Parts: sequence; structure tokens; C-alpha cells
Amino acid sequence: MDSFSTSELLATSPILMLSLFSLIAMLANALLKNSAKAVFGVSVVGIIASVICSIYTFDEPSLPQTAFSDMLLIGGYASFFSVLFLMIALFSICIAKPYLEKEQYHFGEYYVLILIATIGMLVLGSAADLISIFLGIEIMSVSFYVLAGYYRSKNSSSESALKYFLLGAFATGFLLYGIALIYGTTGTTNLLRIVTMYPQVFFDPLHLIGWGLILIGFAFKVAAVPFHMWVPDVYEGAPTSVTAFMSTGGKAAAFASFIITFSVPMSMHDERLTMVLAVLAAGSMIIGNWFGLSQTNLKRMLAYSSIAHAGYMIIGIASGLPLGQQGIAFYLVAYALTNLGAFGIISMLEGENGSNVNYEYYAGLGKRKPGLAALLAMFMFSLTGIPPFAGFIGKYYLFASAVQSKLTWLAILGVITSLFSTYYYLRVIVFMYFREAMDNTEIVLPRLAFVTVILCGIGIVLFGVFPSLIFDLMKSIF
Amino acid sequence: MNNILTYTLFSPLVGILLLLFINKEKQSLIKYIGAGTSIVTFVLSLFVYFGFDAANTQMQFVEQYPWITGLDISYFVGVDGLSILLIVLTTFLTPIALIASWDSIKDRIKEYVSFMLLLEVGMLGVFLSIDLFLFYVFWEAMLIPMYFIIGIWGGKERIYAAVKFFIYTMAGSLLMLIAILWLGYYASTLPGGYFTTNLLKLYAIAPSIPMGIQVWMFLAFTLSFAIKVPLFPLHTWLPDAHVQAPTAGSVILAGVLLKMGTYGLLRFCLPLFPLASFQFTPLLATLSVIGIVYGALVAMVQTDVKKLVAYSSVSHLGFVVLGIFSMTEEGVQGAVIQMINHGLSTGALFLLVGMIYDRRHTREISQFGGLAKVMPVFSTLFMIVTFSSIGLPGLNGFVGEFLILLGSFNSLFLGSYVYAAIAATGVIFSAVYMLWMCQRVFFGKITHEENRSLLDLTKHEIAVMLPIILFIVWIGVYPSTFLKSSAASTKQVVTQMQNAKSGNLTPASVIVK
Repeated sequence: MDSFSTSELLATSPILMLSLFSLIAMLANALLKNSAKAVFGVSVVGIIASVICSIYTFDEPSLPQTAFSDMLLIGGYASFFSVLFLMIALFSICIAKPYLEKEQYHFGEYYVLILIATIGMLVLGSAADLISIFLGIEIMSVSFYVLAGYYRSKNSSSESALKYFLLGAFATGFLLYGIALIYGTTGTTNLLRIVTMYPQVFFDPLHLIGWGLILIGFAFKVAAVPFHMWVPDVYEGAPTSVTAFMSTGGKAAAFASFIITFSVPMSMHDERLTMVLAVLAAGSMIIGNWFGLSQTNLKRMLAYSSIAHAGYMIIGIASGLPLGQQGIAFYLVAYALTNLGAFGIISMLEGENGSNVNYEYYAGLGKRKPGLAALLAMFMFSLTGIPPFAGFIGKYYLFASAVQSKLTWLAILGVITSLFSTYYYLRVIVFMYFREAMDNTEIVLPRLAFVTVILCGIGIVLFGVFPSLIFDLMKSIF
Repeated sequence: MNNILTYTLFSPLVGILLLLFINKEKQSLIKYIGAGTSIVTFVLSLFVYFGFDAANTQMQFVEQYPWITGLDISYFVGVDGLSILLIVLTTFLTPIALIASWDSIKDRIKEYVSFMLLLEVGMLGVFLSIDLFLFYVFWEAMLIPMYFIIGIWGGKERIYAAVKFFIYTMAGSLLMLIAILWLGYYASTLPGGYFTTNLLKLYAIAPSIPMGIQVWMFLAFTLSFAIKVPLFPLHTWLPDAHVQAPTAGSVILAGVLLKMGTYGLLRFCLPLFPLASFQFTPLLATLSVIGIVYGALVAMVQTDVKKLVAYSSVSHLGFVVLGIFSMTEEGVQGAVIQMINHGLSTGALFLLVGMIYDRRHTREISQFGGLAKVMPVFSTLFMIVTFSSIGLPGLNGFVGEFLILLGSFNSLFLGSYVYAAIAATGVIFSAVYMLWMCQRVFFGKITHEENRSLLDLTKHEIAVMLPIILFIVWIGVYPSTFLKSSAASTKQVVTQMQNAKSGNLTPASVIVK
């Protein structure tokens, strides 16, 4: 084993920088009184520092391609996703601060946990080895379990945490078993080296079972059917700002790694594997959108929509084409902006004990808070996939990849289920604009969260009208 | 003047930007900005119209900028004879609709004007795009403002109507999206090919798509357009949307939106999939003839004037589809001019219905009677528009219907004069339901006391109506002014179809860079 070099330290600087700041945050939390605000500040600085490091590593020729004996990928792909995760973390804490203050649960631990979860995501996004993938997933998930139960005196929050933890631990077990089988058949856990053993090893049944088990682990993390049971309850019970972070960051990180990991077995163009992925995608689109129809609670509706969107993105993996992978990456950006914005709005309007998250409460919002309603309407249109919002471009790429890889039926299923989803996304708009308000108490919007949500809105229009801003970045990395 | 199309297309956005900075209490300023912007757009479109070379069948005023290079998607706009009149119709009707709703919309005026202008961008974009992706973006994006216009300012059942409108249209267009993707993919399978949605490149290669797949492509596109037209039996969203929409919404819906369906058939279905078009001609012709008769019969039994006009649209648009699928020069020409005619006369009818509704807050035919005595100007204008709608010679409706019937009577593609014969009965039915309605509304004794005190049209209202009446008469008396701008392009489409029929069409098997 070589000892590592300074260039490797530089190359992994996004992760190291964020780790450093999470330690500072932890110390500040322990040493200062009324530390929450200070910890918030430290977190923001840490995230921005890490973003700068990620941008530095994006296209720096002096850096190695991989670090720590091929455990981590450097630059390009990893940097792209690092920036995405860090921005999600930044936006989510900007939404969280006023929300937690309102709920009188504003403690520094929250930000520390978010930072640690983000470290897990950064590891996951750059992992090139099954071990580092496992590490990343665990760092991220364990923080999520705690965050979900952050409202420790509320039953729903504790229920959410326990459910998530038990099922999550189970899924991790599958993942680990899968890793063991892959190691058993190939003698390595490194993705770059597993490929070199193909095609001989690929058809070993144990090897295939190993991939199957890993797939279960990923399917759980991205919330794909039939491993989606936890999603509605966890999303509903967790604090709204946590749901915002989990549903965007957690999903994005899992997908970033899902793409890389499954590019290994997908390189064999095995029809069975494509079929399994396609069925996973189809099931998620159908179940997610179908159950979305009957929801009356916005958080639960977005939970089912999250399942459905996992389905759309798995299409990109099933296609096995760079086009599909680019589609997923773009979709993740669009989805993150949309969901952060939507959950941000929900968190601003949420009342005591998780009240005011039903559709009824949104009646007449178009008149009460025109700006807020307009933004939420935009997010709903983006989730539906209506141009000129970013969600449409993402769907276009994913469906294009399905058609190109002769999975046209999947694309057709995708558009049909989109049509179902239209109904429940539009319902939000129906309530906001076409119904009269039931109570007209003044709504006070916290400035920080509102600005964040506006930025999300600008983002989905900007990337919807000028998608090349992102696709040009991606040319070099897929 | 190089970017005249872009200026025309996006000029309404300037108005919306201005509105963002204006306090919502300043209602009349907001209205002036709305009307002013849409008039500027109209003037810009006139530059296009007068600069348009009617003899040239190529796309004109073309602008192309790369947009998403990875999939060869570009911002690619242009006009030809098929779209030029529709563009002017759009820019002509939008200010009229805005001015007509000057007093009838009192709530959330800022949003209302913004949505109307946004709608105009969407409609113009649909007619101007020559990239399928761009076309689809406008086609879908346009749903948003229309959805809000029906849903916020509509009648009692507006929510149901708005959602139905949105989901119906979306259902069709999503399958079209798959077809667009498949076309792009097909281009990439050709030697040296690559994924593209450039319409001009696809025109060259699409006809060579194997018949088995071409059929599916054709059906996916046609379903989307047929819902929009709407073709029988996909028309059920239309009466709901029309009746619930506010007057200006109905004017735009009938005047322009429905034309997007017929325009789509002409622009995409025929030239891209000629062989499949031949195969489905009998089906589509049959459906349009059923639509003509069915729409007319249902209109006859309506008790609500607005619903009656809505069903008459189903009937009139059936003529347009029949004209398109006759694939003869007369038929297609007639279809193009009938799109304009229907936009003018049905738009005018909705305006007039809106004016009487503002006064009486009812549209039930039985609530009226003898209006000619109390509202002479209103009644006169209504009668003129009615005559135009039923195709009285000398007014515009006659020109379109006559050409369509002529074209479909002689059409080799339809193969039978039966279609034209049955369609002709639609002309008679339309006279029956329109005149019968007029008789009950305007003539006879005044049966309801409330009607005695009705005020006749104001100057403002007359000013809104006169430009439309002018064109109704102009097209009726001297149609060549307008026919000549679409003649060359329709001829080209028809020639292409004839070549395809006789097997002379040699589609390119290699895609041009």
C-alpha cells in the first residue's frame, strides 16, 4: 500500500474541508452558549469553502484521476455532484434555520448532522470502490436516521426515525452481502478492476446475485418500488426541513453512486439486468403516481412523487447510455431545486405540530401570498414536466434515452404515468388559485427561507430555458 | 429586420416585464400596457406579413441558433404560407380580446393581462417553430396560461373545465412527445445520422420510415392534434372549456388554439408521414364528416347561446379537417382560409355573446326575444357575423366552405363524393341552428321585461367589433388578398402528397448536416 501524497489531499479537499468544518461546528456547539447561530454560520462557511474546493478540482490537470488506491474518483463527475450536494445542503439549512426557530427546536446539532450527512454524500458521489460506497452510504444514512427523529418529543418524528432506521439497516445488510459476493467472485471490491475481469466472471451466478443484492440496497436508498414502503411515513414524520434535505440530497447521492456502480454490470449489455431495472422503473412510476393521486397531505404527496421520480431516473440507468446518465444528472439538479423549493414553502407555512400541510390550507394562497403561490405553482409544473421548466428537459433526456435503447414501452409508460401525476400536481394549483381562502390570518415569511425558495424558482426557469448551462459541463464527464 | 420573428414572438414578454414593476392597484395603466403591448406585437407581425414573399415556398425570415447542441436542438423559427395568416390572426385577435375584456374582468387584472400576453407568446411560438422540440415546448407551455384563464376568471364549473382542458390536451401531447423522440432517434440510425428534431431535416427523411412504424408515429401526432381541433369523438373538453372560460378566453380558444390542431395536421402529419396519411384518410375524413353533422345537430338543441357557438366550432373545424385530408389544392386552400374565417366569425360570436352576458348575466336563449328592437346595433352586428358563420355568399365563411366542398368532391384521395355530400348537409344545418337561435333571440315580441331596459353597444364595444367585421367582409368579397399568400405553400404540400401517392417521392436516406 502506497502512502498517500499531497496531490491526493488536494484532490479530496472538498471532503476534507467539509470534515474540518464539521469538527469546528461540533466544537463551537459544545463550547459556546446559545451556539445555534454560530454553528449555522460555521456551516455556511464550511459549505462554501468546500464548494470552492470542488470547483477547483473539477478540471485541474495536475490532480490524479483517483485517490487513495482508487478508492475515490477525482474531479469531473465527483466534483459536479459534490457541488450539487453542497448546494442542496446550503439551501436546506437556509430553509431550516427559520423553520427550526419557529418550532423552537433550533440547536447546533442539527447543522452538525447535516454537515456529516453531506460528507457521506461527497464520499458516495466520488466512490469508485464498493467499500467507499458502503462508507458513504452509512455516514449519510446514520445522520439521516438521527435527523428524522430530530423532534425528539414528537411521536411522529420518532416513529419516522425508527422506521427509517430499521428498514435502512436491513437494506444496508443486503448491500453488504452483495458486496461480499462480488468480492468472493472477483477478489476485488474496486469497480475499475471488476470490469477487467469481464466477461468471464460476469456469468457466475453468485456474481449476478451479488449485483442483485447491491441493486436492492440502491433501490431502497433512491426509494424505488418495491423498496419504497418507508418513504411516505418517513417523509411525513420527519421535520420538513429534514425531508427537504433527505428527499433531494439523499436521492441525488444515491443516484450519483448508482450510475457509477451500475455502469459496471451494464457494460455487459445483459438483457436480464436491463429488464430488472426497467421493471423497477416501471413499478416506481406506476405505484408512485397512482398513490400520489389520493393524497391530501402535501408532504405525503411529495413523498409519493419522490417514488415516481426515482422511477423516471432509473430509466436513465436502464438505458445504459451516456444520454440517460446525463439525463439523470440534469434531472437531479432540477428535482433538487424543485423539491427544496416546494418543501421550503411547506416549511414556511407549516403551523404547530405539523398542521397546515393539507391541501385545504393552501386554498386561496394565490391571493394571500401571490409570490409564494406563483413559486409553488412553478414547482408543480416543473414536477409535472411542463416546459419551460427544468423538469421537462430532464424528462425529455430520460425518455429520449429510453427510446434510443429500444425501451420505447418504458417511455410510453413514463408519459402515461406523468399524465396521472398531472392531476395531483394540478390539485395544488387548483387549491391555491381557484378556491377561496378559509382563514385570512397574516402569513409572515422569513426572509432567509423566502430568498432561498426564490433562488430555486430562478434555477428551474434558468435551467429550463438554458439547459446547456449544465449539459456543457457534463460533456467532459460522461 | 433580421430578427423580426424573434421580436414578434417575444414582444409580449416585454409587456409582462413592465407589468412586474407596476402596482396592481393601477388598473387602467395595466390594461393600457396589455393592449399597447399586443398592438405593438400586431404591428411587428404586419412587417412580417408585408415582407412575406408569397411566391416562395421556402421558410422565410428564418432564424436559427443552437440551443441544446447534444441533441441537435436549436431555436429555429420561420414562416411560410401555411403559418403566415395564422400568425397575423393571433396577433390580431389578442389585442381585440384584451380590449373586449376591458370592463368585464375586474379581479386580478395584472395576472389576467400577463396570462393573456403569455398565451400569445405560446401561440405564436407554436406557429413559428420549425424545430419539433421548440414546437413542443410552446405547445405545452401554452397550456399554463390558458389553464389559469379558465380556472380563475371562468364561470361556475371553471375548475372542472380547466382541469379537464389541461389533462385532455396533455394526454395527446405526451404521446406526441414519444413520437418526436422516436423521430429523432430514427434520424440517428441512418448512415452518418445523429439525433435531431430539426423539422426541415426530418421532412427529408421521415417519409422513408417503414410503414409499420410510420402508422404509429402518425397516430401519435394525429391524436394530439385531433384532441386540440377537436375532432369527433375527442371533442368533449371543448364545450366545458368554452362555456366556463371568460369571453376573452373563449375568443382566443376558438379563434387561435383550435387552429393549432389543424395547423399541426397540415404542418407535421401530412408531410412527415404521407404513406400513413393515405391509409388513415378514410378514417379521418369519416370522423370529420361525423363531426360536421354531429356538431351541428347538437348545436341545434342547445339552450345556451355560448354552448351553441361552442358546438358549432366542432362542426366548422370538421370542415377544416376534411379539407386538409382531401389533399387537393382547393381543399387545403379552403382549409387554410377556413381556419382564419372560423377564428374571425366564432371569435366575433363569442365577443357578442360576452357583451350580452355582461348586461343580462344569462346566456339562455329563452331569456331573450325581441332584442332587435332594444339593441339594433348589437342585433345587426350579430346577424352579420351569423351570416358569415353559416357561409352566406359575400361573407368570408362561404369562401372557405365552398373551396373545401369543391376540393373534397373532386378528391382522388378521399375516393368518394359521399364525404362532400354529407358535409354539405352541415352547411344547411348550420343555417338552421344559427338562424333559429337568432330568431328566438332577436325577433318576435319582448317576452322578458328586463330586456326592455338593455343598453345598446357602447362605442368601445363597437370599436372592438368593427375590425373583425371589416375582415369578414373583405375575405368574403375579395378573398384573393389572403388566398394568394398561402397558395404556393399549399400547392407544394399537395404536390408532395401526389408524388408520394404515385411513388415518385424519393425520401433521402442520408441526413444532411
